[in-house]
Amino acid sequence: MKNAVVYLEDGTCYYGQTLATTGETSGEVVFNTAMSGYQEILTDPSYAGQIVTMTYPLIGNYGVNETDVESGGVHVKGFLVKEFCRYHSNFRATESLIDYLNRYKVMAVEGIDTRALTRHLRERGAMRAIISTEDLDPKSLAQKMKKVPSMEGADWVKEVICKKPYLWPAEGEFKDRPRFRVAVIDCGVKFNILRIFARLGCECQVVPAGTTFEEIMAYKPDGLFISNGPGDPAAVPYVISEAKKAVGKLPIFGICLGNQIMGLALGGRTFKLKFGHHGANHPVLDSRDERIGITSQNHGFCVDIDSLDKEQIEIINKNLNDQTIEGIRHKKFPIYSVQHHPEAAPGPHDAQYLFEDFIKLMAESKRR
Amino acid sequence: MPKRTDIHKILLIGSGPIVIGQACEFDYSGTQACKALRQEGFEVVLVNSNPATIMTDPETADRTYIEPLTPEFLEKVIEKEKPDAVLPTLGGQTGLNAAIALYEQGILQKHNVKLIGADYDVIKKAEDREHFKKAVQKIGLDLPRSAFAYNMDEAWKAAEEIGFPLIIRSSFTLGGTGGGIVRSKEDFARMAELGLASSIIHEILIEESIEGWKEFELEVMRDNKDNVVIVCSIENLDPMGVHTGDSITVAPQQTLTDAEYQNMRNASLALIREIGVETGGSNIQFAVDPQNGRMVVIEMNPRVSRSSALASKATGFPIAKFAAKLSVGYSLDEIQNDITRETPASFEPTIDYCVVKAPRFTFEKFPEAQDVLGVQMKSVGETMAIGRTFKEALQKALRGLEIGHIGLDNKVNFQDIPDEKIQKRLMEPNASRIFYVKYALQKGMSVEEVARVSKIDVWFIAHMEQLLNFEKEMLAEIEQNKDLSKETVRQAKEWGFSDAQLAKFLNMSEPQFRKKRKDLGIVATFKQVDTCAAEFEAYTPYYYSTYETEDESVIENRKMDAKLGKRKKIMILGGGPNRIGQGIEFDYCCCHAAFAMKELGYETIMVNSNPETVSTDYDTSDRLYFEPLTFEDVMNIVDVEKPDGVIVQYGGQTPLNLAQRLEQAGVPIVGTSVDSIDLAENRERFSKFITKLGIEQPANGSAISTEEALKVARSIGFPVLARPSYVLGGRAMKIVYDEKTLLSFIDEAKEVSQGHPILIDKFVEEAVEVDVDAICDGEDVFVAGIMEHIENAGIHSGDSACVIPPPTISEHVIERIRQHTRDIALGLKVVGLMNIQYAIKGSHVYILEVNPRASRTVPFVAKATGNPVARIAAKIMVGKKLSDFELKREDPRHFSIKESVLPFSRFSGVDIVLGPEMKSTGEVMGIALSYGEAFAKSQICAGQGLPLKGTIFLSVNDEDKRHIIFLAKKLEDLGFALMATKGTAKVLRSNGVKVKLVEKCGEGRKDLLKLIEEDKIDLIINTPSGERSQSDMRAMRAAAILHNIPCITTLQGAWAAVNALDVSLKNGWSVCSLQEYYKK
Repeated sequence: MKNAVVYLEDGTCYYGQTLATTGETSGEVVFNTAMSGYQEILTDPSYAGQIVTMTYPLIGNYGVNETDVESGGVHVKGFLVKEFCRYHSNFRATESLIDYLNRYKVMAVEGIDTRALTRHLRERGAMRAIISTEDLDPKSLAQKMKKVPSMEGADWVKEVICKKPYLWPAEGEFKDRPRFRVAVIDCGVKFNILRIFARLGCECQVVPAGTTFEEIMAYKPDGLFISNGPGDPAAVPYVISEAKKAVGKLPIFGICLGNQIMGLALGGRTFKLKFGHHGANHPVLDSRDERIGITSQNHGFCVDIDSLDKEQIEIINKNLNDQTIEGIRHKKFPIYSVQHHPEAAPGPHDAQYLFEDFIKLMAESKRR
Repeated sequence: MPKRTDIHKILLIGSGPIVIGQACEFDYSGTQACKALRQEGFEVVLVNSNPATIMTDPETADRTYIEPLTPEFLEKVIEKEKPDAVLPTLGGQTGLNAAIALYEQGILQKHNVKLIGADYDVIKKAEDREHFKKAVQKIGLDLPRSAFAYNMDEAWKAAEEIGFPLIIRSSFTLGGTGGGIVRSKEDFARMAELGLASSIIHEILIEESIEGWKEFELEVMRDNKDNVVIVCSIENLDPMGVHTGDSITVAPQQTLTDAEYQNMRNASLALIREIGVETGGSNIQFAVDPQNGRMVVIEMNPRVSRSSALASKATGFPIAKFAAKLSVGYSLDEIQNDITRETPASFEPTIDYCVVKAPRFTFEKFPEAQDVLGVQMKSVGETMAIGRTFKEALQKALRGLEIGHIGLDNKVNFQDIPDEKIQKRLMEPNASRIFYVKYALQKGMSVEEVARVSKIDVWFIAHMEQLLNFEKEMLAEIEQNKDLSKETVRQAKEWGFSDAQLAKFLNMSEPQFRKKRKDLGIVATFKQVDTCAAEFEAYTPYYYSTYETEDESVIENRKMDAKLGKRKKIMILGGGPNRIGQGIEFDYCCCHAAFAMKELGYETIMVNSNPETVSTDYDTSDRLYFEPLTFEDVMNIVDVEKPDGVIVQYGGQTPLNLAQRLEQAGVPIVGTSVDSIDLAENRERFSKFITKLGIEQPANGSAISTEEALKVARSIGFPVLARPSYVLGGRAMKIVYDEKTLLSFIDEAKEVSQGHPILIDKFVEEAVEVDVDAICDGEDVFVAGIMEHIENAGIHSGDSACVIPPPTISEHVIERIRQHTRDIALGLKVVGLMNIQYAIKGSHVYILEVNPRASRTVPFVAKATGNPVARIAAKIMVGKKLSDFELKREDPRHFSIKESVLPFSRFSGVDIVLGPEMKSTGEVMGIALSYGEAFAKSQICAGQGLPLKGTIFLSVNDEDKRHIIFLAKKLEDLGFALMATKGTAKVLRSNGVKVKLVEKCGEGRKDLLKLIEEDKIDLIINTPSGERSQSDMRAMRAAAILHNIPCITTLQGAWAAVNALDVSLKNGWSVCSLQEYYKK
């Protein structure tokens, strides 16, 4: 245990103690309000470049296991909590969270007044931070802060994507004869998206972001899925351009960053939210049936409602907390995308029907 | 969907008296519902038999009926008020059962009253176990293996298939009456029979035992658009096998991964949809096998519950209020979250703290009952604590219980406890198991071993081990350095160690330690409860203390002062967890204090730790601090709020006990001075004072040693009334007839009174007891209510029935009572409320006790007379005069009777005879224009409905034999058949009363017990003989309880009953609202 400072770009400091990993790290600090699901959060590639604060104070209660992972590794740049659990309890646990964080060399700090930090971020907005055990001097940290890149305009996608294409097979009765082949543009895809497709009888051809539309079509997919991922959507023009090409050619479904990419591909703009949505309790209204789902969310950027051509695009999902866009649909083509995470992990499963909607779209366009 | 326009007038049914399993939480939910519905423009008609509630205040609903919650009376209210709908889901199991009965008897249909919130089929589906089981299986969820039985043959068959241990649950009961874990064939016969008897439909469920599994609860809400949200998840520290009301519980759930939690959430959604609860809240319980995660559904309540009150307080999400709004047509997204103001109610609260609820037990009141917990609820109250960590919240909860623990401390030396006892106390759930976990760890048992024996999850035990290890480190540090470092103290405070605990380690006084801590710069900070983990700005000042870096109450205070200008602040100290003797009545008073102060323009600050209550609704006062009522916790709030006045008179003995220390610490206490409080409590000072006033009191003395006590008793002469001082509810109070009993009493009293002297009074036999509540402003006195007890002096005032106006006391004596009351109030310089108990014998008016504080009878007096007594007195405490108020001084034309409700059916083996130690959990009120009808109603309200025909069994002690003759004749005239035991029968026969002789228990084939078992007796009148209550009579009374036969144990009670029978047989019932009574 070493004393650590969390130095924010506006000069505010919070203090705590690190686990085994010491040194210095930096990133954008955000807070997540989910009360469970820390393992999924740690392994979610969308958190690349970010330091995550958990608002729930007791973290590590049920340890970690081998299945609740959303990628092959841990992506957060730092992890801030009130208290790490010293003695976990769960029949599926294979390791303690503390050992896990140490194994992945995550700068993890406990003893933080995470509520004070959250209130600060709520009022001032998400901002960059440095966590350090080496240098506790605010003055020199202020100097170092100048070199920490902003989230805006930064391409974090390339840091987390697969190096080469791979196939995620369908499961169950469709194991050998998948119903559909989905081309997945990996911008940092969460495994649970692939697991759900597989469970629904789809095989996923995962390709790294940057793969051209033509290369994708060579796989003869029935539909195109654009995944979630970290950072600013404006920083991945190489995905937006390919998405544009796919419009009208394939059924398309996007989640999170995928939604922002579709928004941009369809002529809209995106902007950065003050402190983003990161949690598992956001009410989203689906205007098609007036039903409200409680959704899992994790995004710092958002599609600008006014920037979209309403002749072409319908807004199908809205966040009831702040009325921001949560989902769009193309009026002519079989295209839709959502800002929230229907795959959950962590969070409620209320919006999982959206995957089935995509299956229907693929089925319809196949028939045509 | 917007609100419904097809309904205008809504009937709300309350939950009746406070009983084990149904407490203040339904006053909280009902009051919220009344407020919400009236805000929406609906007319609300309320029926509840419990006068000690805020919901029965005449301002809460448009029409308020304090009447029995039976179909007969409810129909009369419906006929009179013609409501369009009845909302059955906010009045607990009692309200729900009443609505079911109204529907099943066709009364709702006949009067065209709709059920809103949940319709009949839904209630049936959720409440009837067979229906429920089918519904669960239909949606593919798992259940424990089980079978239903309607008779003993079926029961035995099921037991063979399932195997022991198994659980018996009785359908349609509350708090698990008539249920239990059965480990052997012998127990099975008894338990199955009991279960069948206590179910109103004679149905029991026999079930695979999943004892020791992890237990969880989810609070779910659904609207008419089929939107569903989970408000809160709760994990029980005590695993399956202990009723959730008796378990220590934690929110949110701790040991499920997100995947497992979502699985449970999905199951809840599927279940509420399948059951079809259209709108409102439900509570669903699950059990999870810790070995493999198998999840089974335990039960569902299609209504707000104790857990939903807890969930509301734990998250800030007002379930009952929203349930009421949903029931009249709104959907969740149409309701604003009051706390954030900008986000809708259609979301799931997320919290950034840990909540621990701990139950408060009262086994000390029922020494014959075993302190063992099971599936039948036994606790009488609860406390909730909030902390940033489980460790902090647990320690706060334990000190908030007010059971003499100042945290997870050692009350006894662990080395003195034999290993076998530790094993037993760990294995067999009991009221103090949590402390045995610590003793076990101290004796060297490992976390895993303790978990294996107790089945408590290692997660909880490991946290307790952390606390223990840290305690050891602290002691070592003190050993070495004679002091604790700043870092250590800081860590200790973050982990919830109280100043009292740390002061004890350091061998200093608590105030000394407090000063040291503050000098070190370690002070409590307050954080907001805001439903959203700080994601949105919150507007409700609802706080808890913790040791962090930022204090939000200070920030919010500054903002408020800037916006509204600096206002004067009054802080009200609540009563903490309910217990026998200190319950809802005091919460009622605290709420009124808050309302009164608001009316006078003060900023009101409420401090309380009881999640069931109206006082801890964030709407009740301007600022709410959810904190234990200890010196330390109160002072921490005083430090940040700096109130201009603190009210300690209203929360019962809890805040009163703090008064002296608070005053010494410079806290401005308003109302009667601490010195006057002491004058009334200090026996010697009080005696001198009373003598000076020339008022009679029974000969008395006080003693701090055994020898002294014997000396006092000998000089006064037996019988004496002996009791510890500074306690409430007659704790350990006893009428003692001889020296031997006195000696054993002293042993018990020593523990209770903690250094305060034992009080010994001459017991005035056969005296009429009178309770008086009065308000004094220092110059003038208003006698608010004079209550004549139906039972003679000697039975605790909280347990006896009482009447306003006094039916048998002469005008002359009443005038003397008024005069004495005035003299005492002025002499004591009372400012605010005061309660005096008198004993009247012949022309003597003895003073028994003076309490310069709000009493248990204040809400009853207010309801009976129409004067908002508590509110007026609160205003007087801050300087108003009696002359500022318009008071109804004339005696009311109607009779009001308060009757107590006793928990005997929960404690098997306990004798039901009343005495000076209070045993009742709640009260009801009967109100009518005649004394007889009022009494009859009070008995029906108390669940002791008198039979209108049939057989009455009489057996009275020798002193009462002469008095019973006329009574028996009257009963004969009313058409009852009479039975009696030998002695009583002889007296009656020789006076020409026809009576059948009954053999005493065990004396014949058709003895008393058999007659009771065969339901051949409809009412029992049995007055026990003094101290030596015969064992067969005891067995008879126990059997009466089991078979739900009303049992009257005093002659005065019997007379009141005869009066009541007379009236009800001749005149029939009438109902009338409080609003109408007050106009008359």
